[in-house]
Amino acid sequence: MSSPERWTQPQPDGTVAATAAKPSAEQVIAGLRATSEGGSELVQLLTPEGERVSHPEFDIDLTAEELRGLYRDMVLIRRIDREGKALQRQGQLGLWAPLLGQEAAQIGAGRALRPTDMAFPGYREHGVAWCRGIGPKEILGMWRGIDHGSWDPMKYRFHPYTIVICNQCLNAAGYAMGQRFDGKVGDSDGEATMCFFGDGATSQGDMHEAFVWASVYDAPLVFFCQNNQWAISEPTERQSRLPFYQRARGYGFPGIRVDGNDVIATLAVSRWALDECRTGNGPVLIEAFTYRMDAHTTSDDASRYRLSTELEEWKLKDPIERVRVHLARTGMADSDFFESIQAEADVMAADMRDYCMNLPDPPAERIFSNVYAEPNPVLDAQRDEYLSYVSGFAGGDH
Amino acid sequence: MATPTIDRQSSTESTTQTISLVKGLNLALRTCMERDPKVLVMGEDVGKLGGVFRVTDGLQKDFGEQRVLDTPLAEAGIIGTAIGLAVRGYRPVCEIQFDGFIFPGFDQIVSQLAKLHYRTQGRVKLPIVVRVPFGGGIGAVEHHSESPESYFAHTAGLRVVACSNPVDGYWMLQQAIECDDPVLFFEPKRRYHEKAQLDPTAKPYPLFKSRVLRNGTTATVATYGPMVRTCMDAAIAGAEDGVDLELIDLRTLSPLDLGPVYESVRRTGRLIVVSEAPSESSIASEIAARVQQECFYSLEAPVLRVTGFDTPYPPAKLEEGYLPDLDRVLDAVDRSLAW
Repeated sequence: MSSPERWTQPQPDGTVAATAAKPSAEQVIAGLRATSEGGSELVQLLTPEGERVSHPEFDIDLTAEELRGLYRDMVLIRRIDREGKALQRQGQLGLWAPLLGQEAAQIGAGRALRPTDMAFPGYREHGVAWCRGIGPKEILGMWRGIDHGSWDPMKYRFHPYTIVICNQCLNAAGYAMGQRFDGKVGDSDGEATMCFFGDGATSQGDMHEAFVWASVYDAPLVFFCQNNQWAISEPTERQSRLPFYQRARGYGFPGIRVDGNDVIATLAVSRWALDECRTGNGPVLIEAFTYRMDAHTTSDDASRYRLSTELEEWKLKDPIERVRVHLARTGMADSDFFESIQAEADVMAADMRDYCMNLPDPPAERIFSNVYAEPNPVLDAQRDEYLSYVSGFAGGDH
Repeated sequence: MATPTIDRQSSTESTTQTISLVKGLNLALRTCMERDPKVLVMGEDVGKLGGVFRVTDGLQKDFGEQRVLDTPLAEAGIIGTAIGLAVRGYRPVCEIQFDGFIFPGFDQIVSQLAKLHYRTQGRVKLPIVVRVPFGGGIGAVEHHSESPESYFAHTAGLRVVACSNPVDGYWMLQQAIECDDPVLFFEPKRRYHEKAQLDPTAKPYPLFKSRVLRNGTTATVATYGPMVRTCMDAAIAGAEDGVDLELIDLRTLSPLDLGPVYESVRRTGRLIVVSEAPSESSIASEIAARVQQECFYSLEAPVLRVTGFDTPYPPAKLEEGYLPDLDRVLDAVDRSLAW
């Protein structure tokens, strides 16, 4: 579509820029909070009202079936997310990180990935996991405290959830370097990697280093930032003077802000970015402008730091509702379809609940399992001593 | 003085060669890179320059820039991208230029490198070696003389080893690269240019085994890295005064291989642990705890530690006082004997 050179040109007039003069607070907030209604640089293909609009560079054609599929993905993953929260509230999970409001960002990005691509998530990417073939059951383990991650990362090409903020971006940069070293980059059949992080992660040193490494090694890596406006209690203006997507320019690669509540635009921009990477024009930064409609986690109370009016405004930009309106208005789906998807979601949630509540606790020896790939006699001795101690109790249970 | 007795069995004139520790490490890297195309070398200045200590000299010329990477100057980036490369199937050997520069990479080492195998229940292996020139004695400025090995031995999921001589450097680095676990590989930088006879056809000693270098009856001295030479000097000096020290090179710091130490202490009744690192919560402290537990009734005196002090590493003009030396080791032996 366009060469990387385009993105290293001087910025257009009127762009909020990092100049020597400190911008006013109003300028900062205006730049950061340029909402999905406006901003010439924000890519949008489906308005909050469900109207399909075009974009000169990032448009795609989707069949009715594809659109219905994206709708289904979003409804199912929202249902899974709500079930996860309910299970936590009922004491079945220790914690849950809700994705409510970020369904379009995650499904749009996740559906742009090919099976041969690799993805590195944070800990809220249940929607991306879904697109990689990882269902709700495999996500439950870590939130219930059964394990630290249930799925096989290489089977699904989906790295384990990473909880330390931004660590995964460097790991993703290394993986993408490996794809390049393996000769898998250079044409449209090439491989690419996508890493997921939030607005808070952009303040980490690992973010800067990942941008540097990916750029100087021409890594086929799409940096996918879900700017959901809040890093627990801290707003985006605590992380940056500048809209995040503009940071890419300083590292010499493209940065694009997409309406993260628009699944069509997110899919289009993600596909473009991945294709750029496959053909050797990586890396690319995507800032998906979205909103965390729930708290940071089930341990968080968002009412302590943000106004409910903000949430109400964002509800008008709901990522699922706009697709529903579009499908209904254009006749691509009828009420039977919507009801069938909802019924499917409810069955899936019930299945997830049943599975969760019947998950057995891991055996005590699991404490010691897989610390090392090769034998460790010192640790083995500690394990044996502990298991002997445990077995000393009547019935082996205490 | 000759390097400690690391002679190999069945060595012949035709196969042995004289090598420095730098050369031994260089040969080990070269051997592994020739054997396995997935082995990469990465770090600051390791390519064209050959590393500030020249350990990677000539490798980029022979293996290319894609296998010997002059990386951006960022230690978290070195470790963090090595992890991604390992997930992809590579076996990266990272060089941290100096001991005191490892801490920007500490987060990636502790949070990801050490834990990913456990997190994935063994599905993801990270066969990464992190080479760290460590220790003092070279008159350097701050952050160039530290002994940070205890931080890593304290972290589950990592293996920590320290070589003490050229022959061990040659074999241990190859074994570390072949290990499927992450290995922190500590190299005594002030011993880099000491020489020994290497027979590359000999059978290597196992990586995760400590080794008795000198048999003795008066007391046991356990040490590793740069202090092995110091303690051998002490043993030779002590012998002239009738003090017959048994000397053990620990080699592996995590997991510790203390069987030979227990066996020795049960005979001598006395143990002195020697290390450049500060003593508080250190490898030396861990050994003292374990030996008193395993050899309680054999001990004729408390386990003594001869270490760096619990201070930051001092300016170069003070390091002679900070670093354990022959006299401090023998003084500890005397104190043990007089207990």
